Amino acid sequence: MDFAVVIDAAFSAALGPQAIVFALAAIGLNVHFGYTGLLNFGQAGFMAVGGFGLAVSVVTWDLPFWVGLIVAMLATIVLALVLGVPTLRLRADYLAIATIASSEILRLVLGAVEFKGTFGGSNGLTGFARTYKNLNPYGDGVDIGVVSFSKDDLWSITVGWTLVALGCVLIWTLMRSPWGRVLRSIREDEDAVRSLGKNVFAYKMQALVLGGVFGGLAGVFHVLKQASAVPTDFNTTFTFYAYAALLMGGAARVLGPVIGSILFWFLIAGLGSFFSQATGGTDPLIPASIMTDTQASLVRFIVLGLGLMLLMILRPQGIFGDRREIAIDGR
Amino acid sequence: MAADLSAARAALEGVPSEPGVPKPDPIVKGDNITRTFGGLKAVDVEHIEIQRGVITALIGPNGAGKTTLFNLLTGFDEPDDGTWAFNGTALGKVPAYKVARLGMVRTFQLTKVLSKLTVIENMRLGAKGQRGEKFLSAAFKSLWGAQEKANTDRADALLERFKLDAKREDFAGSLSGGQRKLLEMARALMVDPELIMLDEPMAGVNPALKQSLLGHVKSLRDEGRTVLFVEHDMDMVRDISDWVIVMAQGQIVAEGTPQSVMADQRVIDAYLGAHHDSDITEIDIADLEKAAEAELDEGTKP
Repeated sequence: MDFAVVIDAAFSAALGPQAIVFALAAIGLNVHFGYTGLLNFGQAGFMAVGGFGLAVSVVTWDLPFWVGLIVAMLATIVLALVLGVPTLRLRADYLAIATIASSEILRLVLGAVEFKGTFGGSNGLTGFARTYKNLNPYGDGVDIGVVSFSKDDLWSITVGWTLVALGCVLIWTLMRSPWGRVLRSIREDEDAVRSLGKNVFAYKMQALVLGGVFGGLAGVFHVLKQASAVPTDFNTTFTFYAYAALLMGGAARVLGPVIGSILFWFLIAGLGSFFSQATGGTDPLIPASIMTDTQASLVRFIVLGLGLMLLMILRPQGIFGDRREIAIDGR
Repeated sequence: MAADLSAARAALEGVPSEPGVPKPDPIVKGDNITRTFGGLKAVDVEHIEIQRGVITALIGPNGAGKTTLFNLLTGFDEPDDGTWAFNGTALGKVPAYKVARLGMVRTFQLTKVLSKLTVIENMRLGAKGQRGEKFLSAAFKSLWGAQEKANTDRADALLERFKLDAKREDFAGSLSGGQRKLLEMARALMVDPELIMLDEPMAGVNPALKQSLLGHVKSLRDEGRTVLFVEHDMDMVRDISDWVIVMAQGQIVAEGTPQSVMADQRVIDAYLGAHHDSDITEIDIADLEKAAEAELDEGTKP
């Protein structure tokens, strides 16, 4: 049992590229769900469109890297518009159904054999990240005991956390403005907002696009940090992890999704490393009669789920939330 | 304004008490508005006119179609048929938010305050033409800061007038039912409407607050706005309205000044009941019991 390894795994994951992907995705969900009350269960779809937007542009269409980034962002905007136009005039549930369905459709289409020539089939696409890698100024990785990152990861976390920081600043400036106030009002009661002369549909659409762009950005970052775009990465678990991170940190708070995903990955990686060490080796801490090492990799999710439940019971507003807001929920 | 007011009321003096009667200076005019829910004709209004600058009450038994008519006029619901206009602008198919921008703002029977926003944020939301509500300028406070300040000042003045200034920083969800009614009314005033439509402003409000609410509704008229309200509270209707429209089964069955409507036998039968004019405590209990027994006897006869 080596606790230094556990701590290294936990901190490296919490600050590493994977946490950044979820932080970006959760910032988008925060705009949708936290501020506007839109139930988007298909953030993975936005991420897939972003990631594959870049990959397809560069690999299949042979466009320059920077054009690929623009294509990726435009594609997520189009997806948001396509999803929003039919559903945003309806009740909230319809958006939830449409988004979760479309994200699954996207994942299956991107991985389909029929489109292998364009999307690369189930293996996905590679070879689009050269420009990104070449920009890396770091010569070597870093290992300071508590955390360790490879050269590539070091570059990714530099870019990633910068993006997260810029995103947070943008969300903060937007949400303190009258525009943000309209979004929060729509979350509370859209008829009231309508009765005061605001075009609710347009605001919901703007929120859907803004949050979708953050999702697309998360997708782009995800495919860049691992230099490959694989369709199976963008399954619904992606969306629900992002939701878990958001609720942990506290919805409708600027830093909620960021702190949430850091904590989420700290716990996932830390618990995973702990249980695999506790059950591995010749003389395991937990004997095989209680738990084998194959079971151990699943136990972390059980413990994490328990933790989430406790958090919801003891602190339903999340880490950053305002208790008073939860208290008046009994409208 | 006072002169206008008396003029508007004086003009109503000569208007005959008939359903759908034309008014000298209508702000809203509607024709043949119908709305059916399944087989039920919820609203079937042949002609309606609302006089500018006065308080008009819309009364009628439950299910008479008052709220549905409200929804139709303000664009919250679409009629099967009919035309209506506000200040001469036809409003068929105009979405609710545009109706509100034109100056016709409503409140709701079940108050819709924005619970997780503070009272002052609720108020600020009401202001029209906010530059900071546009996505592209929202990020730059310098573009909307001054306007926001002006709106806040106006909101504070309104809060003071509606005696909500002590609650300024509280969440709207923590207000009592009556305070929510006040907040909704004040918020509607932030839009600066010409016509304000109140859906049951007195429902669930305690008697003490009722008096001040009455005063507030009157003050709306006194500052030159037109008020249309739905109400079940007859005291309020009698006390503050200048004109009363009675609906039953989706149709306008009577219209007139409060005095003439209250005296109309059809209205009394359809809605007010035989004892409408007397305090319930003054009714002879013995008489009532006798009448009830007689009815029961009749029912048991073969």
